[in-house]
Amino acid sequence: MRVSQVARSCLNTLRLNIRPAPMTRSHFTYYPTAVGPGDAKKMNMFTAINNAMDLALQEDSTALLFGEDVGFGGVFRCSVNLRDKYGKDRVFNSPLCEQGIAGFAIGVANAGATAIAEIQFADYIFPSFDQIVNEAAKYRYRSGGLFDCGSLTFRVPCGAVGHGALYHSQSPEAYFAHTPGLRVVVPRGPIKAKGLLLACIRDPNPCIVFEPKTLYRAAVEEVPTEYYTSELGKADILRKGKDVTLIGWGTQVHVLLEVAELAKEKHNIDCEVIDLVSILPWDTDTICNSAKKTGRVVIAHEAPFTQGFGSEIAAYIQDKCFLSLEAPVKRVTGWDTPFPHVFEPFYLPDKLRCLTAIKDIVNY
Amino acid sequence: MSFLRKSVRLLHAAGKRQQHLKAVVGSTLRQQRPYSSEPSNDYANFPGAKAPFVSKLKLNMPEDYAPIPIYRVMDQDGFIADDTQDPHLGRDVVEKMFRDMLLLNTMDKILYESQRQGRISFYMTNFGEEASHIGSAAALEMRDLIYGQYREAGVLVWRGFRIDQFIDQCYGNVDDLGRGKQMPVHYGSKELNFVTISSPLSTQMPQAVGAAYAMKMRPNNDACVVCYFGEGAASEGDAHAAFNFAATLSCPVILFCRNNGFAISTPSYEQYRGDGIAGRGPMGYGIATIRVDGTDVFAVYNAMKVAREYVLRENKPVVFEALAYRVGHHSTSDDSTAYRSADEIEVWNSVEHPISKLKRYMVHKGWFDEAEETAYIKEVRTKVLKQIAVSEKKLKPNWKEMFEGVYAEMPQHLVEQQRELQQHIEAHKDSYPLKDFKQ
Repeated sequence: MRVSQVARSCLNTLRLNIRPAPMTRSHFTYYPTAVGPGDAKKMNMFTAINNAMDLALQEDSTALLFGEDVGFGGVFRCSVNLRDKYGKDRVFNSPLCEQGIAGFAIGVANAGATAIAEIQFADYIFPSFDQIVNEAAKYRYRSGGLFDCGSLTFRVPCGAVGHGALYHSQSPEAYFAHTPGLRVVVPRGPIKAKGLLLACIRDPNPCIVFEPKTLYRAAVEEVPTEYYTSELGKADILRKGKDVTLIGWGTQVHVLLEVAELAKEKHNIDCEVIDLVSILPWDTDTICNSAKKTGRVVIAHEAPFTQGFGSEIAAYIQDKCFLSLEAPVKRVTGWDTPFPHVFEPFYLPDKLRCLTAIKDIVNY
Repeated sequence: MSFLRKSVRLLHAAGKRQQHLKAVVGSTLRQQRPYSSEPSNDYANFPGAKAPFVSKLKLNMPEDYAPIPIYRVMDQDGFIADDTQDPHLGRDVVEKMFRDMLLLNTMDKILYESQRQGRISFYMTNFGEEASHIGSAAALEMRDLIYGQYREAGVLVWRGFRIDQFIDQCYGNVDDLGRGKQMPVHYGSKELNFVTISSPLSTQMPQAVGAAYAMKMRPNNDACVVCYFGEGAASEGDAHAAFNFAATLSCPVILFCRNNGFAISTPSYEQYRGDGIAGRGPMGYGIATIRVDGTDVFAVYNAMKVAREYVLRENKPVVFEALAYRVGHHSTSDDSTAYRSADEIEVWNSVEHPISKLKRYMVHKGWFDEAEETAYIKEVRTKVLKQIAVSEKKLKPNWKEMFEGVYAEMPQHLVEQQRELQQHIEAHKDSYPLKDFKQ
C-alpha cells in the first residue's frame, strides 16, 4: 500500500510535466432511438439487457442464465443482481470453458428448458465453434425434426472498444453467418438489445446476439419497461434518403448516421441509413428496395474486408439490383489484418473513410 | 405339410440351443464354487485398463482418496521446517530472488496506478504470486522454453527482461518487441526463450507440449518446456488435450499450474470439484505430479529442480501445482471486492505474502537490511517512473506496420489495402494521430 501511495503521488507529479497521449478515442457519436408513448426508463445497454433477462427469467420458470463470471453480474454487469433474485440454481457461473458452455446450453435446450448463455468475449467464442456450428445449427435438420435446441440463445460481447487489440475487439459475425440453422443479430443500442434478446429467447431456433461492448455504457435510451420483442430478420431504415444507401450494424450504424449528416451538410448528398440488425437470416427486401431507389450502396463493418458479411450483401445486390445500380457496391471495413492495438485509429472504418466512399460512389 | 416340416425344424433348432446352454451351465457348476467366494486374485487384462477384479460393488468416492499433500520448505515465519529440504542457496542467489520479487511488486504497483491515470490502456498485477514466478524461473536453465499465460512477469524479470522492455511493451511504442500489436502485459522475448503471450486461455498448453516433443527429438536434447496456466484455464478443452498429449507422447514438459484461487470472479470451488489440478495428474492422466506452497519460494525452487531433472531424464511430463492467492484484482478492468472480502485479501497480502516469508527467512539468516530494502524499492520506483516518462514520449511504430507480419511476405491484397490507406491518410493528414507514430 505504501509503495502504491507513493507511486500515485509520483505519477501525479509526472502528470504535471507530461501530457499522456489519449488512450482511447471514441470513433462514433451515439444516436439514440426514440420510442412512442408508454412507460419507459432511462437505461444504458447493459441495464436494458439486464432488464430483458430479468423479464425472461420471470416469465419462463425453465430459463437458465449462465457463463463465465455471470454469477456476480458478469464482467460487463449484464446479469447483475439476477442471481440474488432467481437463485444460484438458475443464474450461475460455469467453469472457464466455452465449448462446455455451448454444449451444456444445447443440452439444456434439448431437454426443453430455456438456455441463455454468455460467452465472455466474441474473441473467445472459437472453442465453442464446433458445438455451435456442427451441433446447435444442425440439430433439427439432422434429426428430421425429432430434436432441436431452439430455446437456446448466446449473448456475445463483440467489437472495437478503443484499446482491445487482437483478442478483445473482434466482430466474428461472418463466421457464423456461413452456418445455415443459426440466427445472428446485432443490436445498435438499448431498445434494440432488449427487444432482440427477448425475441431470440422466444425464437424456436438457436440464436446468437453479438452485443457491441462499447455500447454497454455509452448507449443510453428511454427503454420501455414492459416485455416486448423486436422482429428478427428485419432491417431498420433509420434515415430516409435518395442518393446513397448506407448499410451497417452495431456500433457502425452510429458512424453511418453521423456520416449521413456530414454528407448532407458538406456535399449535399442525401443518404439513406439502414441498420441491418439481423445478419442471418437477413432482410433482403429492405436492402434491395433501397438499393433500387438510390442506385448506390456503401456497406461498412468493423470486421475484415475479405469474406466480411458485406461481401454477401454486395453479391446479392449486384445479382438482384444490377440494372438499378449507378456504381459498384462499395465496402468500407476493417483491413485484412488481425485487430491491432496501437493502430486501431487506422484500422477502423471511421467516418472519414465512409465519407470518402460516399463521395467516390457518387462521382463514379 | 410344408408348414409342419418347418415347425419340426424350428423345434429341433430350439432343442439344440437348449443343449448348448446346459453345457455352459454344467461347466460352471462342475467347478462347484460357492456364490460368495473370496475376491479373485485375477488381474483384468482389458486393453483399456489393467486392474484387479473385485466382487464387491462399490462407488469409488472422491473422499476415499487422500488429497495430494502440499510440499513446503519454509513456514509462515520464514523458518525451514526440515533442514534436509534447505536448498542451501548462497546469499547472492537469495538476494537476487528477493530483489526480483521486490522489483516485480514495485513495478506492478506503479504500472497499475498508471493505468488508473489513463497512461496505459490495461494492466495485470502479479501480487501474491511472486514466489512461484521467481522460484520456478530460478530452477530452470535459460535454454528451457517458456510458454506463459499472462501473469508470469516474474519469470521474465528473473531472466533479465528489463524495466524499459516491460514498459515499452505496455505503451506499444517503437521499442516494444511486439511492435504495438497487442495489449499491455503481452510480453515475449526470443532472446529470453519466452514465447509471446496471447490472451485466449490455455491455447498455449498443447502448443507447449508440441514444442517439448520437437525438442525431445533433437539429438542430445538438454532443454525442457515449461507451460504456465491458471486453475481456471485448466477447465478449457485445450488443457485436457495438453495433459493427454503430454502423457501419451511422453513429452519433457512441466505443466505449471498457478492455482491462485480465482478466475476473474469465479472461485476455484466453482471451477472444479476434484483435488485441485494436481489431483488430475497421477490418476487422471498418468503423469508424475508435484504440489507445492506457491508462496514459498524455496518449495517452488526445490520442486522445480526435481521436476526439471525428471522430465529430462525420463522424457515424460510433470504436472506442477503451485498454490497461492491472487492478491490483486484480475486486471485493471476488475474490482475484486465485488466478490471477495477485503479482510480475506489482507491476510494473503501480509502474513501469507511470499515476499514477507522470504524477508523473514533473510532476517533469521542475518541477510536482511531494512535500509537496503527501502533504498532498493526507491531505486526501482525511480527507474520505473523515469521509464514511464521516456516510454510515453516514444513514438508508436509506423502505421504501415499494421499490415506487416500477417503473412511472412505481404500478399498483393494487403499491399493494395496499405496503399489505399496511405492515399486516404495523405488526403486527411489532420484527422489521424500521425504525430504519435513514426514516419
